[in-house]
This record gives sequence, structure tokens and C-alpha cells, in this order.
Amino acid sequence: MSSKALGANVPSRPVPLSKRLTPAFLLAAAAWPVFKILSGAAESPTRFLSQLVEGVSLGGVYALIALGYTMVYGVLGLINFAHSDVFMLGAFAGIFGAMLFGPQASGLLPFVGTMLLSMFVCAALGVTIERLAYRPVRNAPKLTPLVTAIGVSILLQNLAVLKFGSTPRSFPSLITSQAIRLGPVTTNLVKVIDLGAAIGLMVLLTLLVQRTRVGKAMRAISTNLDAARLMGVATDRVIAMTFALGSMLAGAGGILFALDQPRVEPLMGVQPGLKAFVAAVLGGIGNIPGAMIGGLVIGLVEQLSAAYVSSSFAPAIVFSILVAVLLVRPQGLLGRVTKEKV
Amino acid sequence: MGTFRNSRRDLLSAMALAPLVGAAACKKKNNGIVIGAYLSMTGGEAEFGTSTRNGLQIGIEEINGRGGLLGQQIRLVVEDTRGDSTEAASAVTRLIDREGAAVIIGEVASSLSLSGGRVAQRRRVPMVSPSSTNEDVTRVGDYIFRVCFIDPFQGAVMARFAKELQVNGAAVQKVAIFRDEASAYSTGLARAFRETFTRLGGEIVEESSYRKGDTHFSAQLSGMLAKGPQAVFVPGYYTEVALIAREARAAGFTGPFLGGDGWDAPALFRNDDNKLVGSYFSEGFAPDHPTTPVGQRFVQQFSQKYRTEANGLAALGYDALVVAADAIRRANSADGTAIRNALAATRNVEGATGRISIDNERNAVKGAVILEVREDSFRFHRAIEAT
Repeated sequence: MSSKALGANVPSRPVPLSKRLTPAFLLAAAAWPVFKILSGAAESPTRFLSQLVEGVSLGGVYALIALGYTMVYGVLGLINFAHSDVFMLGAFAGIFGAMLFGPQASGLLPFVGTMLLSMFVCAALGVTIERLAYRPVRNAPKLTPLVTAIGVSILLQNLAVLKFGSTPRSFPSLITSQAIRLGPVTTNLVKVIDLGAAIGLMVLLTLLVQRTRVGKAMRAISTNLDAARLMGVATDRVIAMTFALGSMLAGAGGILFALDQPRVEPLMGVQPGLKAFVAAVLGGIGNIPGAMIGGLVIGLVEQLSAAYVSSSFAPAIVFSILVAVLLVRPQGLLGRVTKEKV
Repeated sequence: MGTFRNSRRDLLSAMALAPLVGAAACKKKNNGIVIGAYLSMTGGEAEFGTSTRNGLQIGIEEINGRGGLLGQQIRLVVEDTRGDSTEAASAVTRLIDREGAAVIIGEVASSLSLSGGRVAQRRRVPMVSPSSTNEDVTRVGDYIFRVCFIDPFQGAVMARFAKELQVNGAAVQKVAIFRDEASAYSTGLARAFRETFTRLGGEIVEESSYRKGDTHFSAQLSGMLAKGPQAVFVPGYYTEVALIAREARAAGFTGPFLGGDGWDAPALFRNDDNKLVGSYFSEGFAPDHPTTPVGQRFVQQFSQKYRTEANGLAALGYDALVVAADAIRRANSADGTAIRNALAATRNVEGATGRISIDNERNAVKGAVILEVREDSFRFHRAIEAT
């Protein structure tokens, strides 16, 4: 019996003053960065638009990673800390994959080929991790899989250090980084391709979850694992499938991220992984559209605060947003209040 | 997050070091004078460590070939700092306690030399930094020396050079500065550049910052480039500089980048899309223009041994060793205080980068060279005398 379920029967108390003051305080704190951003936008609208494009593009990549966190949480209630390291290995797979297309490979075919290869490698990795590390502890107390996940994350990072060394590698320019004009807005071709690919993958995922039998099975498991099994859903297989899909998106995210920020090293997943996790929580963890919106919000906030407030302050602003949203809506933007399953 | 990340790294280092502990116990019995070097052998500044170690190695072989020091062979022990200042301090502790190093050589990055230098100073073991240029490094204490120039000089050299530069037929008047705010080297060099450049009548149109390890700079760059600088001064280390140049070019910037000795790593031009061609940085040594016979010999030996061209970091590593060995010889002892006193009295020692004398503030008095980034190498552009 959880405390939440008990709490439901307690008569509601008046809202304490501190809680009523929270939104006012948050608004006051947000005033300064918002003012900086707006005044910057008024100064040069075209620069603001190009920052928007870049922010949305960065956010698209965060959203891809966030989807992996949210899907796994949706079916298992597990925060898969190793996800950010699957993302990192996806970028490394991309470095080796690109070599198959020649040393100076560039263009659409090597890009798509490398991305598919990396997605495949990551899917295999995700399924393996689930089978070897998470399935054996699936019925253990909730803390056990969580600690296992942290263990897998450290293991993957250190394996990568041993195998690839901790010296950063440069990611091949599969897409040439160059300025392009979209109407009045100047931006980078890589950012546009990143955004397009991220949106495409998210549409595919939504179709898969909403329109296919596997998707229906995932949603069923997410509602209630035991009930789904009793109704004949092959839960083990669907959970493996969820890991495969989430890891594929992380692999694609790794490629898109490394195209834009071509520095690949074993700890590269830590920061983007954390931000994507924040995005998933922000959108309501377990909720797929929530992760997409969360990712976009985090990417935009990061880009705009770095451009108009201060680059060293940007991470602080990103994480403050998380705290602010959770104070007002603990379930996240699109999350539903659910009673703890007992 | 910092602590979380560190704890992962510590675990890794504990795993990596476990087998070494046994070996270390026997090492101490081994006779010979130990030169302890702490360098970034892995991480974002690994090329600095590798170049410096290769330079040191040439010096070690040369001295041992001539019969060593005080009748003993000398031995080089290298500890990896992984580009981390906490790790730098413990690397120096290990070199002193476990290896019994007579002299410490390192680091390249000034922030790391500051952290390692405090340990060496406390333990009264003399330290010679090959290429940390931040002023404060030798101010840590009277046991800390260096064989390179310092940033107030380097920054002034680049500012004067920038003022004389022509871009598209126009004299450079507007420069933006992009510095690493977490690095003592970068902020110090930026300050020196700004002071001289504005004193000469130039204008710093924008100064913004990043942090080591950042991979995403377009937000800061867009604001900076909107101010229309003719050149951008990036006093950082090569890993970030390459990424910054890439994003700035994608954002449409065509002018030259200017920098300091933190650029001096082959990775800068080895990168398959070199966006820095036509940019300039200051160094203490140009491999294609050695000024002394020792320098010429060093360049030759280096390319024979490592099949690659020497650079400033390698030459300064060699010089740090030559200066330390000279001090041990004159001190006629491996005692820390005796070596320190001999180091302080260093006059006209022939090194690869020129004649080295140590001044009252334990710095070397040196001139600078300006190097130009080409498609496949750095090339000598001009020499500037010490002031």
C-alpha cells in the first residue's frame, strides 16, 4: 500500500501560503532572462529567428533521446540511466559506420546508411542490456533495477574508455556544415537536416505506437503489465521491442548530435542524456508526446539563454525550468496524475 | 553533475591503477634519478601531453647517452592528469611519494600547473613547467619555474600583430574575443590582448565566453559575429578552437582567427575539414625555423624518432628537461632545495627554443614566433623579440 493511495482519503487542507506564493516567485525569477531574450529579439528579429531554428533543432535531438527514457519508463517504471551511454555508443558506431562509405564520405546516402547502421547497433545493444541486466531484476524492489541501470551506465562508459580511449574524436562531416538561407533566416544546413530527421523519426514512432499491434501491446503493458500478460500479450518480447525502439532513437540522436557537435568521447552522453531526462520529466515521464514537447522546450531554452543571457548560465536556466514546472505541475506538462500501482 | 561524473572517473582510475600498485612498491628500490612528469595523456588536451612527453624522452636519451647525471642514469615517469586539475594535484603527490621524483616537470595547461604546483611547493620539490604561460603559475611559490614566456607578453605580441594585420585589404580595427572562462590561461591571455589592442587604438567589439568541454557555440557566435569583427581572438585549447572555427565558418565568418600557444597541436590541422587555414597564433618555437644549433638537432632527432614534425610543446618539454638536468648537475645533488637554488641561478642554458635564463620571478625571458595555419602544418610567419 503506498502513501499516495492513503493520502487520497485525507480531507483536503487549505493550500499553504508558501505554495500559493511559488508561482509568483517563479514569475519574478523568470522576468530577467525573458526580458533579455525579448529585447535581443527586438534588436535583430532575423538573428532571433535563426536562434529559434537552431534551438528547435537541438530540441529535436533531445526529444529523440527523451523518447527512449520515457518509453522504457512507460512500460517498466524504470529510469534507464544507461540510455545516455547507448547514445554515446551510437555516435561511435557512426564514426566506424561512416568509414564503410569511404574516408571522406559525404552526402545523403552515407548519412542515411550510417544512421541506419548506428540505429541497428544501438537496438541490438539495448535489447542485450535489457536481457542481461534488467530482465533478471524485473521483479525485484524498484531500487534494484535503478541501481543496476547506473551500474550498466558506468560499465558502458568505462568499456568505451578502454576500447576507444578518452581523447575526443572528430565526427566525419557526412553533411557539410554550411550556411543556408531560409527566407530571411540564415542557418546551418546541419541543423535543418537534424531537425528534419528528428521530426521524421518522431512521426514514425507515433504511427508505430498508435497504429500497430506492437504499439497497442506497448500501451497495454504501460497501463498494466500483469493485466496485459493475462490478456495474452507476449510481455517479454514487447518489452525487448521497447528497448530496441528507444535505443534506435538514441542511436539516431547520437548521429544527429555528433553531426552538429562533432566531438565524440566516452562521456559525451552525460550532459545531453541529463537534459533529455529532464525533458522527459518535464513533459511527463511515460508520456510520448510529452517527451517530444519537453525536448523542444529544453533545446529552445538552452539555445536562447546561451544566445541572449549567458552561455555559462544556460544549464542553470534549463534546470530551473524543470524545478519550476515540477513545483506547479508535479506530473509534468502532459503527464496524468496516476495512483501508485500496488 | 560534477561530482557524479567525477565519482565515475575515480572508479575508473581505481580500476586502472589496481595492478600498478604492486609494481610501484618495487619501483622505489630502483636506483637512478627520477624526473616526474605530470601531463594530460588522455582527454581533450592529450596532444599536449604526447608532444611534451616525446620531447622529454629525447632529452632523457641524450643525457643518459652522455652518462647520466651525478653518475646515475635518469628515468622519466609520466603520470596522466586527464586534463583535470584535481587529478593534476594527485599526480604530483604520486610522483613525489611513490616515485621519489627529484624534479617535477609539468603541466601544459596553466590551471593544472597551478593545482600541481601547489603540491610541489608544499613538498619543497622543484617544478619546471614547460609551457604554462599564465603569470600566476610561478607565483605559487619559490620552487616553481618555467621555460616559456608569459601571457602578458604573449597577449601583447598577438595584439600588436592583429593591429598590423590586413584583412581583405583593410587594416584590422575591430576584433572579437572568445575565451574559455574556466581556464586561467584563456582569461589571462584575453585580458593581456584586450589591454594592448585597445591601447593601440583598436576596438574589442564583443567579448564572450565558453567552457572547456563545450561542443555547442553557435549561440554565442551569432551575437559576436553580428557585431562585425574582422578577426576573432580565441585564446583557448585546440579541441574547442577547432569546433569554434567550424561553427563560425558555418555562420558565415570568413576572417582570420588569432590565438596563443594553446593551438599548437597537430589535431588542429589534421582535422579533415580544416577551417583555420590562414589563421595565426603565437608560440615559443617554430619547427621550420629553429634559431639555435640545439634546436636544429632537436627537430631532426624528433622527426627521426617519431616520424612526425616537432612542435613548440615538444621543444619546450625538451628544454624543461635540459634546464632541470643542468640545475641538478650544478647543484651536484638530488636534494630539492639544492636543485631549486641551482634552477634559480640558471643562465644562458642552450635549449631547443633558444638561450634560457631564469629571471627573479622564476620565468624564462624569451621571444615569440607567430605561426600560420596551413592545410597540413603550421608554418613560421615572423619572429618577435623579447621585451
